[in-house]
Amino acid sequence: MRFASPPAATAEPSALAVQLRANRRWRWGSLLLALALLAILSLASLALGAKAIPLPEVAAALTGGPASPEAVSLVIGLRLPRTVAGLVVGAALGLAGALIQALTRNPLADPGILGVNAGAAAAVALAVGLLGIDQPGYYVLFGLVGALVASIVVSALGLGDPLRLVLVGMALGAVLAGLTGAIRLTDRQAFNAMVAWELGSLTDKSWNVILPLIPFALAGAVIALAIGPALDALVLGQDTATSLGVNLLLTRVLAVAAISLLAGSATALAGPISFIGLMVPHLARRLTGPSQPWVLALSALFGPSLLLAADIIGRLVVSPAEIKAAIVTAFIGAPILIHLALRPKLVTL
Amino acid sequence: MSRRGAVGASIAAAALILGLLGLGWGDYPLSPAQVFEAIWSDASFAHTVVLEWRAPRVVAALACGAALGISGMIFQTITANPLGSPDIIGFATGSYSGALLATTFFGAGGAVITGGALGGGLATAGVVYGLTHRYGAQAFRLIIVGLGVTAMLHALNLWLLTRMHQELALAAAIWAGGSLNLVGWGDLGWGLPLLALAALGSVHLLPLLRQLELGDDLAAAHGVRPNRARMAAIGLGVALVAVVTAAAGPIAFIALTAPQIAARLTGGPGLPLGSSAATGALLLLSADLVAQFIAPQPLPLSVVTVCLGGIYLMGLLVRESRWSMSGGQYE
Repeated sequence: MRFASPPAATAEPSALAVQLRANRRWRWGSLLLALALLAILSLASLALGAKAIPLPEVAAALTGGPASPEAVSLVIGLRLPRTVAGLVVGAALGLAGALIQALTRNPLADPGILGVNAGAAAAVALAVGLLGIDQPGYYVLFGLVGALVASIVVSALGLGDPLRLVLVGMALGAVLAGLTGAIRLTDRQAFNAMVAWELGSLTDKSWNVILPLIPFALAGAVIALAIGPALDALVLGQDTATSLGVNLLLTRVLAVAAISLLAGSATALAGPISFIGLMVPHLARRLTGPSQPWVLALSALFGPSLLLAADIIGRLVVSPAEIKAAIVTAFIGAPILIHLALRPKLVTL
Repeated sequence: MSRRGAVGASIAAAALILGLLGLGWGDYPLSPAQVFEAIWSDASFAHTVVLEWRAPRVVAALACGAALGISGMIFQTITANPLGSPDIIGFATGSYSGALLATTFFGAGGAVITGGALGGGLATAGVVYGLTHRYGAQAFRLIIVGLGVTAMLHALNLWLLTRMHQELALAAAIWAGGSLNLVGWGDLGWGLPLLALAALGSVHLLPLLRQLELGDDLAAAHGVRPNRARMAAIGLGVALVAVVTAAAGPIAFIALTAPQIAARLTGGPGLPLGSSAATGALLLLSADLVAQFIAPQPLPLSVVTVCLGGIYLMGLLVRESRWSMSGGQYE
């Protein structure tokens, strides 16, 4: 990626200090901006839909003030869980994307494109279809295992060339999606159970599905932020990282564990969603420069913003029907994948 | 007979034999002898089952498979990369988008769907090649761009489906899974001649393709105009995919795998045309039979081809990681 050119080589120390200070201010500014954006989109997600509700009434519904019963049932019953699901899934996917890009040093990496989300989905489908599990609370365990297996397989097969990694991931994703489809179509019981768990969408998520997943996503997020500084060293290359005293193996293991926790819980909640993990870290990196802890923090904020925006767009363009959020993110994200693949020099991270 | 010819002929024979067996399988099982009997005996129930119900499906599987095999051979030859096949680069999805758009605006109908599929496939080809042509031999970029375009078109297709009338959308969704279920003699009546025409065109084009394999400079020195030859080849390849898509929906991974399998069976340099067609026919027919009979209820065809093809693709990539990708050599 675009490394901020090291100013130390040429610039005066004082100029360096000035730039670093400016950089730091810029980073805190971006963080505030991202928080504000997320707040606005969360409110919009509560207010907008087939029936728009004015913001004062949304606030009244949330705080238990005077609001029409219809507004209360829409905001509290439908849109609040949906928005919270969007926040959890978006943050998890943004973080997983930033992690997987740093781990593979590949600007095209994304848990959706690399088949990790498809692995989680296939594991859930297998659990429903073969083992007859119909408690959504257990989906997450299978989702985690599926994500873990898929991320290990993909990184073992595709290490090295960034483009090959994407192809291996796409192939794996296609196979796993085919498997999921076959189970859904052949097993009527599985189909019925999985209709509620609609693929790549935030609709109809009840609290008893959302709440059990939050600890898993949170654990992944904590690991991700904890290994941020070590990832900074990893991005410089194995040798440099070792000489800086970073435990490479431990960092990698923790990163894979965090990716599996994040992508697995996101997929168990919303089904496979691609391209969020691809786009968000690029935006974050552009704002903060190559500092992994900052990239991770901003990705965790931009991820839910993007997912909520996609979800809102999906509600509005064919209102009163809806388009799944995953379809909107694909439509926004694919041009970015194309743009990245067409850069004159395909940079490894 | 050369080794190539002999291998190609035996693959084609295997496809035909499987086709005859396929005529006998189903809820009303018939032995091969009974199938033969049924074909010649008019007005019996078996006659109706074999000729009216099962034969169109088997014929369609053979013809579509052969067409996809040829199309894959053409694209893999001009991109000089085993991954450069129309299903990976998004032409099949583009054809489907075109067909959906055409049905949305002009209503259902064989000619409308075929025209739309053709237009969609060609437009997709134009976009993908337009974006990537300045990178020349870097086929991996072409493929990633194709994957991106496929993802967008897929999103577009789903959006179109939600906007359609319910009945139309249901039919289109079944068709999206790829199915030879609904193919009757009526569809084959316009599809087969078109496919035969495009196949003849490819045979005619084969010497030019062989020149392109040598590289643009050498081809030009031999009196071939590389760009014109490539355009003609792309047109034919897209036409083959578009007709198949219009008849049976987007079927993934046959075009990808057939030429590579055929090349490994026949040996020798370059990709064989006839054997690719025969292998494609055999693969699609097998996939269709698996889709019909492996599960308690029939699966969409693309579920089977995607699973088998994806596994094959991963194997290909793992093998390929041992070679240099720069030249895009076959082996």
